[in-house]
Amino acid sequence: MRLRLSFGILAIVVLSVLSAFVVFDRLNVVKISKVFPFRLGLDLQGGTHLVYEGDLSEVPSGEQGDAMDAVRGVIERRVNAFGVTEPVVQRAGDNRLIVELPGVRDIEAAVGQIGLTPFLDFREENPDYVVPEDQTLIDFGLYYRPTGLSGKHLDRSEIVFDPNTNAPQISLHFDGEGKELFSQITKRNVGKSLAIFLDGVPISAPVVQQEITAGQAVITGRFTIDEAKELTSRLNSGALPVPIRLLSQENIGPSLGQESVQKSIVAGILGLLSIVVFMIIYYRLPGLVASLALLVYVFLVLAVFKISAALPPPLSITLTLPGIAGFILSVGMAVDANILIFERTNEEVRKGLPLEQALREGFKRAWLSIRDSNTSSLITCLILFWFGSSIIRGFAITLGIGIILSMFTAITVSRTFLRMLMSFDLAKHPILYGHKKNENV
Amino acid sequence: MFSVTKYYKIWFALSGTLLVAAIAGIAIWGLHFGIDFVGGSRGEFGFAAPVEAIAVREELLSAGFGDVSVQSAGESSIVIKAKNLTEEEKTLLQATLREKFGDFEEESFLNVGPTIGRELLRRAYWQTVLVVLGIVLYITYAFRKIGKEMRRGKVKAWHLGAATIVALIHDLAIPIGVFAALGHFLGVEVDSLFITALLTILGFSVHDTIVVFDRVRENLQRHPYLSMQALIDHSVASTFARSINTSSTLVFVLTSLLLFGGQSIFYFVLALLIGVVFGTYSSIFIASPILYLWHRNNTI
Repeated sequence: MRLRLSFGILAIVVLSVLSAFVVFDRLNVVKISKVFPFRLGLDLQGGTHLVYEGDLSEVPSGEQGDAMDAVRGVIERRVNAFGVTEPVVQRAGDNRLIVELPGVRDIEAAVGQIGLTPFLDFREENPDYVVPEDQTLIDFGLYYRPTGLSGKHLDRSEIVFDPNTNAPQISLHFDGEGKELFSQITKRNVGKSLAIFLDGVPISAPVVQQEITAGQAVITGRFTIDEAKELTSRLNSGALPVPIRLLSQENIGPSLGQESVQKSIVAGILGLLSIVVFMIIYYRLPGLVASLALLVYVFLVLAVFKISAALPPPLSITLTLPGIAGFILSVGMAVDANILIFERTNEEVRKGLPLEQALREGFKRAWLSIRDSNTSSLITCLILFWFGSSIIRGFAITLGIGIILSMFTAITVSRTFLRMLMSFDLAKHPILYGHKKNENV
Repeated sequence: MFSVTKYYKIWFALSGTLLVAAIAGIAIWGLHFGIDFVGGSRGEFGFAAPVEAIAVREELLSAGFGDVSVQSAGESSIVIKAKNLTEEEKTLLQATLREKFGDFEEESFLNVGPTIGRELLRRAYWQTVLVVLGIVLYITYAFRKIGKEMRRGKVKAWHLGAATIVALIHDLAIPIGVFAALGHFLGVEVDSLFITALLTILGFSVHDTIVVFDRVRENLQRHPYLSMQALIDHSVASTFARSINTSSTLVFVLTSLLLFGGQSIFYFVLALLIGVVFGTYSSIFIASPILYLWHRNNTI
């Protein structure tokens, strides 16, 4: 019994000290040179949040997931190209893509780089289209129809110069499948025009002279050299397999976030202090023990946040402003278990049980209430986490982790401390518990 | 001993009045949905010198922006809300501001398309339905033993569940009513954070009621011949200090967040605070008297 108690205290002390080292970045004291930074959400460090929707209407239902994965890959390459630290590009739902660019202030430039990614496709003449008499009224969107050959069949592209006029042109090299398709398309369209559409706009429509089996084509638009360079570099980083549309954008300045972090730290510390003062005045020695357990809790949770940030995305916890609020709220909820236990203990003391036994009874009887009542809050957190947007998830996860860890600290940590105190007679004095003398027999 | 059941008419009258007022407020004023639910643009701009919201609005109107609202956020910051702005419109807006009011920093800018807005709103409904469902199922589970063993099966698990849910409706209606009024008078918007606050309140309100009813359950088992009134009064009295103390600690942290936590989560915290206060109140003064009225003639 004594051995188990000593072991428990040792374990708690080691755990708390290690957590504190992680929180204050002092792991080097124990010869670990790793620093775990918090992972801050966009609302705290500033940056750009974009939501895109892929147009999957042309994609067979079985291949839509692959198409969105391909879009994700292309956009990720594009985002990496402009050197943002820790960008996030993730799929959401069937056809959504979320792009988070920490630190990016110029939202227009970011949207430009991502959204204007060329969607290149080849279209052939549509025999069903009735050409209006007035040639200027031709609707090119209907005059041509898609062939299925698009930028995703591109192996690479490069700038070449017209040997006669020296005008820049773009030379396209197709991959295996593209080569095959291009050969079929050119074969059936000999003598007709084949249009090259960029983002839904025809940019050139050469007439096919003969079947082309080499898998190469040239776009002769009226490009300046700079335009041609930009287009080829974009085409080379991968043209989008399906068109995308920007659904929502959000930009947060860095000052707002920093200010919010500082304010919530102040609010958190004040909240914590007021709880400690309240607990000590109301419950005296057990209140002090509960405050200690609360402190252990705070360090433990912050350490979990920091360490998790080093894990891959689904496991890493990103701190958002509501997330910090959730954590601070969980500090308020964490002492609930202690309050339940101490109230129960006081009741048992009033019934005439000696202190030590009353404490044991208090821990035992309060457990069911603690478990049952926390479960309802955990159910809410779980559903919020499952269905919430990233901001809401931040709140649900910090509150949820807080509830789970607080059950551990409020019960295990405070019970261990109180048991240890029970071995000192001085610590059993009724005044330390706010009991009248005659209550404690 | 303090008797909660004796004065139930007072509590019911008080809560009834608040509930009617809340429902009337919701019915008359409705809720002011934020742009994350209805779509639109919202930008916050911090200027070097103090600016007047009214002056900004006038300049924007004369620059051709139809439906814009401008609010002050501190002395030299403003929040502009408008329908979805295109890139060109946004550039024009920035140019107008810079020309008329000097240089500024764009502290935040949000543009939510209507599709996303509708989707978020639908998701919020689903979340609420699922949380309520999950909690009702959980309550039934938590009190499952009562039906078989206690009072010869007269007090059933679902009676406790039903009383919990009445308290829950009470706890949700009041903050929603307060926000209907805030929306009407101060233009406060209901956004996904508010929904989150409501769902958290839901979890918390049940949490509190369960602690009281857990004691009712325990006492039903221990004192099978005690009258329902004495039993409920006793259960409430013995959990009273706990209920007040727990919500006090929550009120401490939430008040501290409300006062020092900054503008962006002010109303989120306010909603939580209202919910915590009424959640505690209802578990003592609403849920328990309901159970008493249900079974007051039930003696063995």
